Amino acid sequence: MSDFQNNTIAAISTPLGQGGISVIRISGDNSIEIADSVFKSVSGKKLSQINGYSALFGKIYDDDGSALDECVATVFRSPHSYTGENVVELSCHGGIFVTNQVLRTVIKSGAVLAKPGEFTERAFVNGKIDLTESEAVMDIISAKGKAAARSALNIKEGRLRSEIDDVKDLLIDSAAHLSAWADYPEEDIPEISTENLLSNISAASSKLEKLIKNYDCGKAVKQGIDTLIVGKPNVGKSTLMNFLTGCEKSIVTDIPGTTRDIIEETIVMGNAVLILSDTAGLRDTDNPIEKIGVNLVKKRLQSCGLVLAVFDASRQLDEDDFNMIDLLGEVPSVAVINKTDLDCVVDVDLIKSKANKCVFISAAKGEGLDDLTSAVEDLTGAAEFDENSAVLSNERQFQCASCALEPLKQAVSAIESGMTLDAVTVLIEESIQNLLELTGERASETIVHSVFSKFCVGK
Amino acid sequence: MSYFAGKYDIAVVGAGHAGIEAGLAGARLGCKTVVFTINMDAVGNCPCNPSIGGTAKGHLVREIDALGGEMGKTADECMLQMRMLNRGKGPAVHSLRAQIDRRKYSEVMKHKLEKQENLELHQAEVVSIKELDGVWKLETRMGAEYEFKAVIIATGTYLGGRIFVGEVSYESGPDGIFPATFLGQSLKDLGISLRRFKTGTPARVLKSSIDFSDLEIQEGDEPPEPFSYDTEEILENKVVCHISWTNEKTKQIILDNIHRSPLFSGMIHGVGPRYCPSLEDKIVRFADKERHQLFIEPCGENTEEMYLQGMSSSLPEEVQLKFYHTIKGLENVVMMRCAYAIEYDCADPLQMDNTLEFMEHPGLYGAGQFNGSSGYEEAAAQGLVAGVNAALKIKGEEPMILDRSSSYIGTLVDDLVTKGANDPYRMMTSRSEYRLILRQDNADERLTPIGRRIGLISDERYNKFLKKQQLKADELKRIRNTVIAPSDKVNEIIVSRETSAITTGVKLVDLIKRPQLSYEILKPIDTDRPDLDSNIFEQIEVEVKYEGYIKKQLAQVEQMQRMEKKKLPADLDYKTIRGLRLEAQEKLNKVHPTNLGQASRISGVSPADISVLVIWLSK
Repeated sequence: MSDFQNNTIAAISTPLGQGGISVIRISGDNSIEIADSVFKSVSGKKLSQINGYSALFGKIYDDDGSALDECVATVFRSPHSYTGENVVELSCHGGIFVTNQVLRTVIKSGAVLAKPGEFTERAFVNGKIDLTESEAVMDIISAKGKAAARSALNIKEGRLRSEIDDVKDLLIDSAAHLSAWADYPEEDIPEISTENLLSNISAASSKLEKLIKNYDCGKAVKQGIDTLIVGKPNVGKSTLMNFLTGCEKSIVTDIPGTTRDIIEETIVMGNAVLILSDTAGLRDTDNPIEKIGVNLVKKRLQSCGLVLAVFDASRQLDEDDFNMIDLLGEVPSVAVINKTDLDCVVDVDLIKSKANKCVFISAAKGEGLDDLTSAVEDLTGAAEFDENSAVLSNERQFQCASCALEPLKQAVSAIESGMTLDAVTVLIEESIQNLLELTGERASETIVHSVFSKFCVGK
Repeated sequence: MSYFAGKYDIAVVGAGHAGIEAGLAGARLGCKTVVFTINMDAVGNCPCNPSIGGTAKGHLVREIDALGGEMGKTADECMLQMRMLNRGKGPAVHSLRAQIDRRKYSEVMKHKLEKQENLELHQAEVVSIKELDGVWKLETRMGAEYEFKAVIIATGTYLGGRIFVGEVSYESGPDGIFPATFLGQSLKDLGISLRRFKTGTPARVLKSSIDFSDLEIQEGDEPPEPFSYDTEEILENKVVCHISWTNEKTKQIILDNIHRSPLFSGMIHGVGPRYCPSLEDKIVRFADKERHQLFIEPCGENTEEMYLQGMSSSLPEEVQLKFYHTIKGLENVVMMRCAYAIEYDCADPLQMDNTLEFMEHPGLYGAGQFNGSSGYEEAAAQGLVAGVNAALKIKGEEPMILDRSSSYIGTLVDDLVTKGANDPYRMMTSRSEYRLILRQDNADERLTPIGRRIGLISDERYNKFLKKQQLKADELKRIRNTVIAPSDKVNEIIVSRETSAITTGVKLVDLIKRPQLSYEILKPIDTDRPDLDSNIFEQIEVEVKYEGYIKKQLAQVEQMQRMEKKKLPADLDYKTIRGLRLEAQEKLNKVHPTNLGQASRISGVSPADISVLVIWLSK
């Protein structure tokens, strides 16, 4: 349920992908002001100075003043816009990297990321779309799928719905049986078999797990994975970063400890999109500033989605390397053994024992990129991402699915530990509730209806 | 020909299970109350099954008792057999049921009404109801005119009642008592919308004509547990029930005669209960089911009438006799009263708020089957809610609104006034999302403080409750502090239940927590155990074993209550809120939810509509 205040929202309104044009839409009271802070027109005119339905050509600049992309900015003034609010649409050259950069800049300037369907929701709350349309909107908001006909996600949404319906049907079957069995103890209701119950629950769980896994893969494909480059000082992290991004962003020097802040870049590696962070070198240090950087990295090592751990092929592993190897294992990791243009003396076996993948590159010479790419694709699931299977299309759906899975796991352990079935029933119903939230329906009535249609009960 | 019969506070129209609780609550809270019954011998009648309680209904009875109602006590006084249903399925679904002596039940209830201070019981058919300047005027068929501050309609199946047996159909209330013929029109004149529901009951047969020799016996629990927290006398099971089954022949006779059923021929227009179908309904809907179960239950100690639970029918009398004769044990059965279907008028409960008062008619309340529910217990629960709230309103006090997390009663009322009833509503455990906390064993803990605050719980009863709570707290403390040291004796008991032996000292509470163990099993090694009421041990055991689940449900309750705290104005016209879909506007205008939580439970109001309301509220 959305609980929005009158803030200004922004999102990428076109499907993410390479090429074509991408539109970033900003809507709300401050949308023109925010757009003006990131956009500078060639003519020098401000967006706030032009009429509705007008456009200016210019460039988008990030907060340190460097140009991100050329852009046509179109202004729609309230109430003559899609949402009925002030709207600015920034049309850029597309590409995941640039479009994301523009969106981030807009958000840094004061917009908040729009929730799914929020533009349409606002359009309809402001009376901009009629009943037929608004019903379609309701369906989008409640994720009923039907209304997504206009979007490219149509087929996927339909698949998702039928996938969720399958899971729900399995669970409702069990819940209805459990309810009938509890509410009609003296009717001729078949006994509940724990085996059946467990097999139903695990069938439902594995379908959900697949969806959740595919979401992670889908995320790698669509939204990007938070990726950390780590390694002791001077093994070539920044060189790797530059090698991957193709431009000099990190300060590359030979003095250990030059990279202190975490620097972010979004790159495409095969099917995977990585939001790459170069980090301070991991080493024991007395320098207080460097220490802050190192601690920050250690913290992020637990929360990021992928680690690229860089080792120097030409040097023996030392104390700092061992410390870093110890830190691996929390999240998927690729050991990147750099400087293969020099003699390889590093203990590869030890590294392989801790990292999920191990590749050899020479960042300086630009060799080994293909190996690294396929390792990253494998590890992020991008390689196995199935464009045609059901996909949870946003974080909300992902949350609902995860919240539906959790009680099922608890239900299995409740059954296994010999808990009574009333507790199991409550857990199954909790799972159904979350699935119904995903699809925008409601639960308890569904079970009641199912009891009456499936079981012959009564006086 | 009319005369002025007097001014009172509360009128209760009907003296069935709803009317009784409504009348007693009103009078006990100090309001001058008149209870009208169409027939003095029909007070507290049980025209269907001779039993009180059952799944979820047992919860309702315990809750009525915890609030200071009468049903549980009278059921205990008139019990013939007690059974706790669903033992082994978990504490949330344990439900008590009493087979009762139905004539005795009716007599005891009537006597209680007669003895109640502030209460007058009159045999009269109310034919007209009018409101003038906040005064409700009722007129009886004999021309007696009364004035009231509040009226509670609890007409059961009497209102416009019509009986169907095969091709035969005539105006009647249940058990051959005449129906309420005129009140329906008078209610419609007030602007109240009525609709037709139907229900049915099986035949009563002569005990001596049944061959019990091959039938399975169903006995009561030993020792029988009472409903009421007030019942101190030791109960004793007096009867057994029997089980038999229908067969292919039964099915064939019904199918051969199905065209003679008023349900299938289209004579009955009323909507029947899905959970309580007639036998012909079951056979048609579940065509592949070979047999259906029936229970043979005694109607009382001083009668040979037996009730055939599961065999409700509206087929012609001779067809009934024919198919009853196909059933094992009933080959030569003599039918004393035939089965029948009954159609009646009832109100759409969406017209009422959570106090069961009609929103458009202040001072007018509905309860029981009149509100679209079914069942004695559902009726009694609503009677109590309506009676208490009518009295509280007259006294100028805050209403008693029980939310869904407080009780099955609250869930029942909320379901009725929020979702409405498209067929007669029956309580079920699956209707409560909070059933691990709304157990029949803790009804007193949940509701007795509320009953006390309202004024239905005596000092004596309340002190008893407080003492029990203290003993419970002490015992909880004791098991948390008692450490059981590992020993052969201890481990022998533990291991025999297929759970792991202990090697170091373990707190008693942690042993009770293990699903395989219980208070009872651990008795031999718990030498300091005080001698407490079994209900205390039961409650503690449940709370300890289900602690994680209970915490989880309490968190859900908290979430729900956040939504319930967002109040919606009573006079809000939802048509003026831009962004709400037409269907949602209409439903919201009909239900007039008191808060956002209730709004979100209305079918036809989507999460997006709720978003719109949230926005509207924040503006």
